This record gives sequence, C-alpha cells and structure tokens, in this order.
Amino acid sequence: MDSLPVMVGKRLVFGVVTLIAISLMIAVGVELLPGDLAQAILGQSATPETVAAFRRELGLDLPWYTRYITWLGNFMTGDMGTSLANKREISELIGTRLGNTIFLAASAAIVAVPLAVFLGMMAALYRETLFDKMISMTTLSTISFPEFFVAYILIVLLSVQWSVFPSISNIAPDMPLGRKLYAVALPALTLILVVVAHMMRMTRAAIISLMMSPYIEMARLKGIKRSRIIIHHAFPNALSPVINVIVLNLAYLVVGVVVVEVVFVYPGLGQLLVDSVSKRDLPVVQASGLIFAGTYVLLNLTADVLSILANPRLRHPK
Amino acid sequence: MLRDVLKALLNAPWSAKLGLVIIVINVTLMVFAPVLSPFPETEVVGDVWEAGFWANDCTPEGIAAYECWDEINRDREHKVLLGTDHLGRDLFTRLLYGARNTISIALVTTILSFAIGISCGFLAATLRGWVDQGLSRFVDVIMAFPTLIFALMILSVVGTSVGVLIVVIAILDATRVYRLSRAVAMDVEVMEYVEVARLRGERIWWLMRREILPNTLPPLVAEFGLRFCFVFLFLSALSFLGLGLQPPTADWGSMVKENAGAITFGIYTPLVPAAAIAILTIGVNLVVDWFLRKAAGLRDEY
Amino acid sequence: MQGLRIEGFQEERWQEIVKGVDVELDRGRVLGLIGESGAGKSTIGIASMGFCRPGCRITGGSITFDGLELTSSNDENLRQLRGVRISYVAQSAAASFNPAHRLIAQYVEAPVQHGVMDMSQAESQGKRLYKRLDLPDPENIGNRYPHQVSGGQLQRAMVAMAMACKPDLIVFDEPTTALDVTTQIEVLAAIKDAIRELNTAAIYISHDLAVVAQVSDRIMVLRYGEMVEIGDARAMIAAPREDYTRALLSVRKVREDKVHHAEEGDTLLEVRDVSASYGGPGGVPVLEDITLDLTRCNTIAVVGESGSGKSTLARAITGLLPPTKGSIVFEGKELPPSFKQRDKEMLRRLQMIYQMPDVALNPRQTVQQVLGRPLSFYFGMEGKAQRERVVELLEQIELNARYLDRFPSELSGGEKQRVCIARALAAKPDMIICDEVTSALDQLVADGILRLLQRLQNELKVSYLFITHDLATVKAISDEIVVMLNGRVVEHGPRDVILSPPYHEYTELLLASVPEMDPDWLDNLLHTRAGARLREGPISEQLT
Repeated sequence: MDSLPVMVGKRLVFGVVTLIAISLMIAVGVELLPGDLAQAILGQSATPETVAAFRRELGLDLPWYTRYITWLGNFMTGDMGTSLANKREISELIGTRLGNTIFLAASAAIVAVPLAVFLGMMAALYRETLFDKMISMTTLSTISFPEFFVAYILIVLLSVQWSVFPSISNIAPDMPLGRKLYAVALPALTLILVVVAHMMRMTRAAIISLMMSPYIEMARLKGIKRSRIIIHHAFPNALSPVINVIVLNLAYLVVGVVVVEVVFVYPGLGQLLVDSVSKRDLPVVQASGLIFAGTYVLLNLTADVLSILANPRLRHPK
Repeated sequence: MLRDVLKALLNAPWSAKLGLVIIVINVTLMVFAPVLSPFPETEVVGDVWEAGFWANDCTPEGIAAYECWDEINRDREHKVLLGTDHLGRDLFTRLLYGARNTISIALVTTILSFAIGISCGFLAATLRGWVDQGLSRFVDVIMAFPTLIFALMILSVVGTSVGVLIVVIAILDATRVYRLSRAVAMDVEVMEYVEVARLRGERIWWLMRREILPNTLPPLVAEFGLRFCFVFLFLSALSFLGLGLQPPTADWGSMVKENAGAITFGIYTPLVPAAAIAILTIGVNLVVDWFLRKAAGLRDEY
Repeated sequence: MQGLRIEGFQEERWQEIVKGVDVELDRGRVLGLIGESGAGKSTIGIASMGFCRPGCRITGGSITFDGLELTSSNDENLRQLRGVRISYVAQSAAASFNPAHRLIAQYVEAPVQHGVMDMSQAESQGKRLYKRLDLPDPENIGNRYPHQVSGGQLQRAMVAMAMACKPDLIVFDEPTTALDVTTQIEVLAAIKDAIRELNTAAIYISHDLAVVAQVSDRIMVLRYGEMVEIGDARAMIAAPREDYTRALLSVRKVREDKVHHAEEGDTLLEVRDVSASYGGPGGVPVLEDITLDLTRCNTIAVVGESGSGKSTLARAITGLLPPTKGSIVFEGKELPPSFKQRDKEMLRRLQMIYQMPDVALNPRQTVQQVLGRPLSFYFGMEGKAQRERVVELLEQIELNARYLDRFPSELSGGEKQRVCIARALAAKPDMIICDEVTSALDQLVADGILRLLQRLQNELKVSYLFITHDLATVKAISDEIVVMLNGRVVEHGPRDVILSPPYHEYTELLLASVPEMDPDWLDNLLHTRAGARLREGPISEQLT
C-alpha cells in the first residue's frame, strides 16, 4: 500500500485530470456536432452573414484545440470570457451568484449534517424499533420525492396556508444576515429535508454493518457498558464511513441546489446555469458548469482523504 | 415457478403490496391512456386553472366544494376531474398522457443503460487486464462529475430532443450500472465453478451468459428498480428545468414547471403531477426494498 | 445448564438448533464440546455467558452460573458477569480485536472498566501474561495494533485478554481452527498454561477430537443439537460408548485397498524446474524450482502449511498461473504455459476438484446440467445418450438418478463434492488434481470421499495429484509424498520412506505437530521440545 501523501497526491491528480477531461469533451463535442452550432443557436431565419459573424465571435472558425487552449489559459487567469446572450463579463455574472449559492448550500449543510448523523445513529442503535421503522419509512418517502415536490409542499404549507416565509427568495449583498437567513429559509429547508433523508439512510447502514462486526460482539462479551461500546469501540471505526457519507452528500447538495434555486427564483449559480443552457449560452454554461463540477470533485477528494486519515489500519502501517 | 412468485407476493409485507399496486396502476394508466382519458392530449377544454374537485372556495360566496365543481362542469360532456392547466387543458388527461410519455421514456432509457452497463461490466470482469483498466478509468472520470451538471452541459451543446435525452441519460447512468455489474460479476467470477468452466475451455460468451449472469440476477434486478427511479426523477428534474421533453407533449416534470405559477394563488394544480412522480417512485422503492431484503436475507442497503 | 433449547432464524422460520442439552461443569474443570458443523456447539458455548447471537433466542431450559440464573437475569447483571467471571476466546482473533485500539488498551479494558484493578496494575499484569504466553517482546508488543501482529500471536493475545480478570470460566470457541498445525501447538500450549495457572473452569469447543483431548477433563459429543455422549476424556478415548463417537475416533484408519500399481517409467506428468510468481516476472515468487513426476495410476500427495505454495503448484500445472520458468510435460509433450493456449483435448485430460464444493458448483444449474455440459462440450453427447451417461456417472459416485434435477443447494456437502468428482470424471481424464478436497468436510464425510477416490482409481486408472495440509489424509491415500515449505520442495519420495524415520527436520516437525488421540500427547511433546532446544522461537521460522 502506498504511503499517505502518495495516495492523497494520486487522488488530487485524478481530480484535476477529470476536470480537464470533461472540459475537453465539451470542446470536442462542439466540434463533432452534426451541423453548425452557430446556425443551430441563431435559428434557420438568420442570414449567412450574421451566422458567419457569430461563428467568428464563438471562435468556431479556429481549430478546436486552439480554441480550447486559449479558453483554458484564460480560465486559469480568471478571465472566463463574455456571455453570448448579454455580452457581459462572465466572471462578473458569476461572482455574486456563486456567493449566494454557497450561502444557501452552507446554511442547509450546517443544519443537515449534525441532524442526519444523529438521527442515523439513533435509528441504527435502536434498530427494528418503532422509531427506526418510522424513520426508515419517512426517509424512503423523502428520497422518492423530486426536490421540486418537497419545495412546493413547503411553499403551500409555509407560504400560502400560513404566511411564515416568502415563496420567492430574493437576496441582495447588502442585506443583514438575519434578513438573508429569513429569505433563504424555504430553499434551505427543502435541501435539508432531501439531504437529511439520504444521509440518514447511509449513516444507518454504515453503523449497522459496524455493529455486526465480531469485535463489537467481543466487547459485549467482555461485559463493557453499552455506552462505552458505542463511544469507544464503534465510534473510532465509524468515523471513516460516516465522514464519507457526509461529504458525498455535501457533493450531492451542490447539485441539488440547481433545482431548488429555480423553484425559488433564487439568484444563484444554478439558476444562471439553467437559464444559459436554455439560451445555449455556451461560455456561461461551460464556466458555471465547471465551477459546480470543481466543487463536487473537491468535495469527493476531501471525502477520500479524510476517510483515509480516519482509518486506523492506514494510519498505523505495519 | 409462477406459483412461487404468487406465493411470495401473498406473503409480502403490506408495504411491498402497496408498492406493487402503485406500479400496476401506473402501468395500466400508461398503456391505456388514450382509452381512459376523456379528452385528446392537447385539447383546450376550459379556462386557465379551473379548480378540481378539491376546490372549496372557487366562488366568492364560498359554496360547498362539490357544488362548485358541478358548476364548472355543468355544460361539459366530460367532467374535469382535477381541473385544468395553465392553458385550460384537462389536467387529468394530461396526467394520463404524462404517465405514458414519462414512464415509457424512463423505461427505455433504463433498459438501454442496463444493456450498455451490464455488457461492459461483465466484459471487464471476465477479461480483466487492459479492457477492465480502460473501461474502469473512463467510468471513474465520468462518475467524478455530477450527473446533472454533465447532462446540462451536453444538452447545451447538442440541444434537447427525445433521442438525445435517452442516449445522454442512458450513457451517464450506465456508469453506475457498470460499477455494480462489474463488482457482482467479479464476486461470481472468482468462484471455482467459473474456473472449472474456463479450464474446460468454454468461451467468454458462455461464461458471461450461463455461469455469471444467472448468479448475479438478484442484485441486478433490484438495481434495475433503483436505476429506474433515478432516471425517472432525473428526467422529471430536467423537464422541470425546461430542458427535458418539450411542449406540447404531456410530461409530469414539465407539467409542474408550467403550472408552477398557480401555487402562489393557492391553486394546487402543480402538486398533482409532482405527487404522481413521488408516488410512483415510492412504489418502486418499496418493492425494491422488499426484494433486497428477500434476496439477501436481512441485508441492509441504502 | 439444564434442558437448554435455542432456536435460530433460518430460511424465514425459527428452527431449533439446540434441542434440550444438559451441561454441568465444576469449578476448575475443563469440558470439551465436540461435534461436526451444525451440531450447535458454538451456540451452547456462547449461551453459557447468557448471550445469544442476533437471530437466535433461548426458548427453554435454564443456565445457572454459581447459583445465579442467567436466562432470567437482567442485562446489567449479565454485563457485570461477562469479562470478569466468565470470558470468551473467539475463533478469529483478527476480526475480534478492534482495529482502532492497541492490544494493551484492549487488554486493560475489562479489568479497568469492571473496577477490578487500575490502569497501571492491569498493564503490568498484562505484560507478565504476554511473557507467560511466550509472546515475543512482551514489554512492547502491547503497543501494537491488531493488524501489526501475526495470527498465532494475536490468538495468544486474546487468550491473555480472556485471563485478565482471573475469571471462573473461560469459553474457548474453536480458538485454533484457523491456524496451521505448527502454530496451533503454540496456542494450545498457551491455553493449557492459562487454564492451569488460573485454575479456572473452561469450555473448549472444537470439531477436532484430538485437540479437545489435550485440554479437557470431560468431553461431550454433540450432533444435530443433541448430546450423543458425555464422559471422562481418557475413558472416552480409550472406550467410546456410542457408535458415532467410535466413528469419530476411528476416522481415516480404513482405506480401500489399492488394486493397480504404477509401472516404472509410465510417466504421465513431469514438472521441471517450475517457478511461478504473482504479478508476473519480478513479482512475489511463490514457487521456486519445483520438480516432480507423476506416474500413471499413482497418487502424489503435496503437503505443506498455508503459504507453502502447494495450491499455487496446482494453478501452475493447470495453466491458470503460467510459470515464469521451467516446463510442464504431459505424456512426453510440453504443454503451453497458459491454459488459454492448450487445446480442448489437453484440457479434457487434466481435471481439477476443489476444496469448497459449495463454490465449485454453479448454484443455478441442476446436477444434470453440471454433468451434462462436459459431455456435450467434449464428446458432443446430447439428449438421451447424455442422460444415460449422467446416470451412469451418478452411479459411479454412489448417487442415483433421483439427483438429476436437484440444485446444489438441495445437496449435502459430501454429495456436492461427489458431484464435483463426477464432473471431473465426465471428461474421462487421465489425471485429476485434488486441491484440499476433504478439508471443508466433516471427518466422516471426508473419509467416504477418500474411499470413493481410491475406488475410482482402481476402476478407472486415473492419477491424482493430491494437495492437502492434513497428514492424516496423506497417510490414507498417497503413494508418494512431496513436502513443501515456502515455495520449495523440502522432501520428496515414496510414502513409506517419508513417513518413517529418519525424518527430514521439517517433516518431523509437521508430523509431531499433528494432535494425536492421546491426552498426554501435548505435554509429552512440549516436554521433549523444551529439552531439545530452549525455545529459540518457532521452528518454521528457523528453517527459512
């Protein structure tokens, strides 16, 4: 087995390679597309002159690798190009929206993670009780719900029936924190419900498989108190799988946020991405897509590294 | 064989039976949509967002729900059971056609993704070596990328159509199927009966079809249910974002999207297709859950 | 324990796995529980601590420990008892130690948590015990993590852990089953020391009567959850009362007589200077310069402990692991190294039978399909002819046509192994490689298989390459013996030469390590060894 830094390094390289591979696939995809992208975007009614001008603007007259390398170089230096739809600097478009999205995802995560881990552990430790069965039923239903269904139920209940929270969450950079939190209450709650369900099921499964292991039986046969078995014997070994579950779900959160932002018309990066896809505003799609993907890759990487660090066998090599 | 299946169904817990009933109803609706629905798929039959039978305040006088509903339906040949949508089309009709479109596309996509995933996964497990390495690294790259974002990026390049949707989602989903089928095939492949067949001189096709496939069926069947749910939810999400099936085709995800505005007026129209999506997914999940427990004793899977 | 009844949840219903067993154990005495798999011996052992594994429940009878009724005690009382007055030694030490904590931390846990002694007392006592049990570097070994020490050492560390609170009763649940014979002795010696030193009572569970005989005062024989016989260990071994016990004792003395004898020079298979390694050339070498000859109608037994490379030899011959060096010659013709390059005819003539009949039969194929496939594949035999031949094969292995449509799950372990033998025979092979074919079977069943193999050799003149770690099996079936250690051949020759003095050093160690049905065997052996060399460490390590 490799030493720790080597393993971490390998995964890091893999993450970067992934991102490059995907952006490359997009670039090649544009090239391989049957027909002409410029024509497709502008529609059949466009004159040949406008199409040609548009091709130049997109850089479609250049070979794809030149286009790709230029784009990559610019992206590295923070210059993401301009939007096709409204000619604005993409970095400018993305700036505050990225902040908003992170704010939303973070406020959901802060509540969801401890709640899910706690409930998941409880369900595992009180397995096959009424509590566990109720929790299992509820989470099974929740993961079957599309995010927008959860969102609309919350709107109906908390915004239409009882006007507790606004159904459209608009936030501005200069708002005080309290107002911001109030504004994101419903989208955050939606994310929390969905993520908690997933995370709990996975935590429960991880803990149950752990509690079945022979060394837990051994500890019980040594007459160790239940609380000590859980804290001293189960917890150190549970750390690695649970960390994995948490980070995987955070990665899921990053993606789930797209749909929720659209429901609540929240000025985030997800909303921008979806809008740009329907307008086929390629540079914006590419930039915001890669930011999402980068975050996702980074989180998965963190999960790997943390669970390696938390694994006693790897921490104390032979 | 059939008797065994029936017996197993009779002994199934209530949750699994509920799930099966949901699936059967949905399939029936899907198959017989043109017969069952009172109106053609895209016909406008009334005003925008007319109330369904649940309405309780459709007139200022606040008359009783059924009277209100009768009022709306007085001059019609057919009643609008669930009200009308944002263009005045019958919601019930749209819902039936939506079942037909959404479920069948999801099903085709899942089948395609399984065909790709299982054949690649089994090949990787039986051939090992560079085939396995190549396929697995490729899948690693795709899976390291969030599916929704990937799909959005591809759709922005190639545009949206039913064919594109099916192929893109199937390929993305096939990576998950590949992982699972490779893993279960590996578990079987190390068994000595496979080694016996190899040493007998059997060809790879025999190994995959007769030795490996029958012994990997239970987890793959369960996975089929889960993957179907995922594809189905994913398609709905894309449609909801306006990037899936395009109007005027009826589709549950787009129906939610189109009618979303109604919700702030206290009209629950968009909740109906959303609930339909949720109910079908729960149904499939319940059956899969039962199947998994049955197939693997008391295994706990998420 | 009186009239103990325990049910287990199997195949979706509760089935009784212990059917009214009475056990009585006096202070300071050792009871051996012996039986084949499924006899319920482990369940009884663990029940003596008032514990049931998930999926089991005690449905009747009583368990009384020093006047305290355990079946009706509450959890807290039981907890106070466990680890202090009754402790447990599990079969797999590797799985039973928590991977997250050091050995010494797990040792002191029971005494400290139960308030028997404080941390530093417990630690110094732990080190004393480690030394007493002959663990290397007793001062520091406790600071290691479980995955950092070897299997035999870990098992001894677990024995030490069980002794920590000076319990009144220790339950040993197959503590040496997973170990090699030479390691088994070290652990057995440790256990015997432990029992003697603490003057504790013990329940020793094993499927191996010879092992149980070394440590027990009394022995109880169990079968299908019921008691067969109980009695004083020496008396039982000298004069068993029940047929079943007698059968267990007499195992492997019977042997079908060999009819044909090999003719000089009629060589079937030659292995010439074969070396092999995992991970291609330059990988870890597991076989080095192996040379052996197999004559037609002969049986060569390849003996060695785990890691000796004996199974790898089988893989090299079949071509599953192409050798990096050397050649394999079959009837004077050199074989291609990989089975993929060998033709159908060659593959047909060399068949293999495996250790685990469970995984050697496709669970989704009926006996007819399993046996029919080689017939159609090699001889193009289909339909009625195929069916008739399958029935004929079944008769050869002492089964009948009723088995045709059964699936492997409907067969017993011994029947499965017979079907595997029939599958090999279906190809009409010249040679069969038997890889530990009896190791996974209960003793009586294994005995039947050995007799069947000998009979088939008499009738069909096949040659066997018989791979095993079990010397009793070797004595029963072999004509020639190859002893292997760390990928090399240590000794090679006719059976009677190898198994009679003067012995090769390693062969002698192996032979001496096999427990005998003599309660004094272990004591005598340890006594002579202690005299011969003053414990310079395990002999197997000195040899390498």
